[in-house]
Amino acid sequence: MDRNQSRWQVALMRQSLFDQGYLDEQFIQLEELQDDANPNFVEEIVTLHYRDSSRLISNIEQNLERNPLDFDKLDNIMHQFKGSSSSIGGKKVKAECTLFRDYCRAENGEGCMKTFQQLKKEYAALRKKLEAYFQLAKQAGPTETACRSK
Amino acid sequence: MNLTNGKGSMSTASSNAAWKAGDVVSDQFPAGLRVLVVDDDPTCLMILERMLRACHYEVTKCNRAEIALSLLRENRNGFDIVISDVHMPDMDGFKLLEHIGLEMDLPVIMMSADDGKNVVMKGVTHGACDYLIKPVRIEALKNIWQHVVRKRKNEWKDLEQSGSVEEGDLQQKPSEDADYSSSANEGSWRSSKKRKDEEEELHQQFVAAVNQLGIDKAVPKKILELMNVPGLTRENVASHLQKYRLYLRRLSGVSQHQGNLNNSFISQHEAAFGPISSLNGLDLQALAASQLPAQSLATLQAAGFGRSTAKSGISMPLVDQGNLFSFQNPKLRFGEVQHQNASNSKPMSLLHGIPTSMEPKQLANLHHSAQSLGSLNMRVNDPGAQSNPLLMQMAPSPQSRGQMINENIGSHVSRLPSSMAHPIIPNGISSSVLGRNVIADGGRGAAYNSVSQNSSMVNFPMNQTTEFPVSSFPVGSTPGISSLTAKGAFPEDVSLEIKGSGGFVPSYDIFNELNQPKTHDWGLPNAGLTFDASQHANPLQGNIGIPSSVLLNQGFSSSQQSGHHSGASSVGNTMFAPGELMDQRNAQHINHLNTLLLGNSPRVKAERIPDASSQATFFPEHYGQEDLMSELLRQQEGIAPAENEFDFDGYSTDNIPV
Repeated sequence: MDRNQSRWQVALMRQSLFDQGYLDEQFIQLEELQDDANPNFVEEIVTLHYRDSSRLISNIEQNLERNPLDFDKLDNIMHQFKGSSSSIGGKKVKAECTLFRDYCRAENGEGCMKTFQQLKKEYAALRKKLEAYFQLAKQAGPTETACRSK
Repeated sequence: MNLTNGKGSMSTASSNAAWKAGDVVSDQFPAGLRVLVVDDDPTCLMILERMLRACHYEVTKCNRAEIALSLLRENRNGFDIVISDVHMPDMDGFKLLEHIGLEMDLPVIMMSADDGKNVVMKGVTHGACDYLIKPVRIEALKNIWQHVVRKRKNEWKDLEQSGSVEEGDLQQKPSEDADYSSSANEGSWRSSKKRKDEEEELHQQFVAAVNQLGIDKAVPKKILELMNVPGLTRENVASHLQKYRLYLRRLSGVSQHQGNLNNSFISQHEAAFGPISSLNGLDLQALAASQLPAQSLATLQAAGFGRSTAKSGISMPLVDQGNLFSFQNPKLRFGEVQHQNASNSKPMSLLHGIPTSMEPKQLANLHHSAQSLGSLNMRVNDPGAQSNPLLMQMAPSPQSRGQMINENIGSHVSRLPSSMAHPIIPNGISSSVLGRNVIADGGRGAAYNSVSQNSSMVNFPMNQTTEFPVSSFPVGSTPGISSLTAKGAFPEDVSLEIKGSGGFVPSYDIFNELNQPKTHDWGLPNAGLTFDASQHANPLQGNIGIPSSVLLNQGFSSSQQSGHHSGASSVGNTMFAPGELMDQRNAQHINHLNTLLLGNSPRVKAERIPDASSQATFFPEHYGQEDLMSELLRQQEGIAPAENEFDFDGYSTDNIPV
């Protein structure tokens, strides 16, 4: 019972992440790669992503402090960040990345900074949600995290 | 999991090694396909690896392009396909693509989060066999094996067509799997251990022989006889020839593309020069556009395709004339060609019907300008000479492009076209390929060729003046940019100004394979196909010829070193970053050229004209040439030159570790 309930909660939480636009299809792709041989694949990937993305975020921050702003460089870093975020299915974060890059191309420094703040928020929010999700999932015990028909 | 060395793949390699296209697929195929995936993003890399494993492939992952290259070099036969990201910090993905295409001739799939049309196009022109948009789905990976099969199949076909298949070559090819290794070795250019310089020398001899025979008639047996090198077998030559042809083809493929882009630039003369990059058709086209005499085009074309074009008169139907050559149409042609090129692996196909010889035209143009100045209509090389576009020498005529093989060039300095014929070298700077730098300046004394002997690189002088790079591009990959720029010779008329530089023609290192003995396991008939022992099937079609940044493999450093690139010697290197060469070598040449050429040379924007978004570093080279040409031509014509600075965008090979 308990177990089922936990699983149910996990499933609900998961679904809400999609419904609220935090995650997209790509996340499901990751889930499908998870199996008995790779039981924690999704979490491993997400963790790896956090590590890499923190580095990119601080890199952007540093570059945003420069004067004048090097838009090409910022665009470049953001391109990487976007690629990484999209690999885990971070939908909202990815949208902010796109916006940021648009501002870079328009050489709009203010736009960049504002968007970046927003991006950081989304990034933090997603991270928090995923951490909660993984934790709950672990507690619920091994179960199918991806319930979609292939 | 992070297996960056080939171990994983190696061990399994043997188990899977045997599958070859020839067999069509062993029962488990595509399982066991050996994939090398390169991406600096660790998250993506891990995901890809997992996905590829889920497809039952053998995966080796790598987060740096240089490591990937060395892995590939060490295990020539160790991989079947490479997947690489476009944006990487240590090396541009396209550069890596070129290197792989030239050295190992493996199918390469590019990927990026960037789905912009320009970037995808860049992938096409650089010869990627596919382009995936990130995030990549596993479904997209399930079918990548088709590229491997296709390539092998095409290689086999190329081999047949190249004419190098003689008497029994064909038969012995396919199906020999395991034996292949041994026979492949035999067929490999480097069947015996040779030092780099020996290889280079061999390559030079090879090219000379091919040029002498005429690309059409260059069959392994005769080449072997001409070369007269003890210990060299016909199979060695055959495989080397195959590779050489593919290389030429690639070059022409590139030029086509450029041509396309450059439509605008190609206005008359320029067009001709524009895409000279590949001998094959592309150049011809360009030449045609430039109204070069059909001959040159024909020649070029022939060269490109491996047919001997000996006749100067362009017999090619393609060359047709009038409009082909007219500058006005360059665009059409280029575009056509280009597409064709890109899509075909066969060199020739491009230009069917179109005066493929852009080059000749261009060459002619250059030549004329150089010599006669003014009359664009230069004959493309002398009529007889042409024959082998392979001639790397730089023809005296200012050929705007360093064509690689410009046989015509070699012999006729004045022939512009001849130099143009070689697709390779972009703007004129073609370093003498095999050491012959002949840059005969067309008439004016422009001495182009500065490239020294091995410069395989043909680099168009970057400078803004109208330089006419006349050079025969070195086959060998010498990066030397021979600033052929036509010296002086072109005064007003040809404003070919090929801006230096950029056009490096990647000299492909024919010998590169020599160094590595590899029997490649895939059974495709490649018996000698690949230059490198590993036998890769067709080189990336298309455009490996891009001069830019072609990576040089070990020999690479040589390219950087200014110029003296021992042509073929470097194993697998042939690409030199145009930028590099330019700097080193061109500088002087360029200056020289500048003085020679009129000062008014319009600066052709080396960068690709078409826009190309930013990225394209590779493209610029190509376009650059065209632009230069067009500029030059335009100037000649009195058209206001585009003010482009030829920026040598050079893909500098700085980051290429040698």
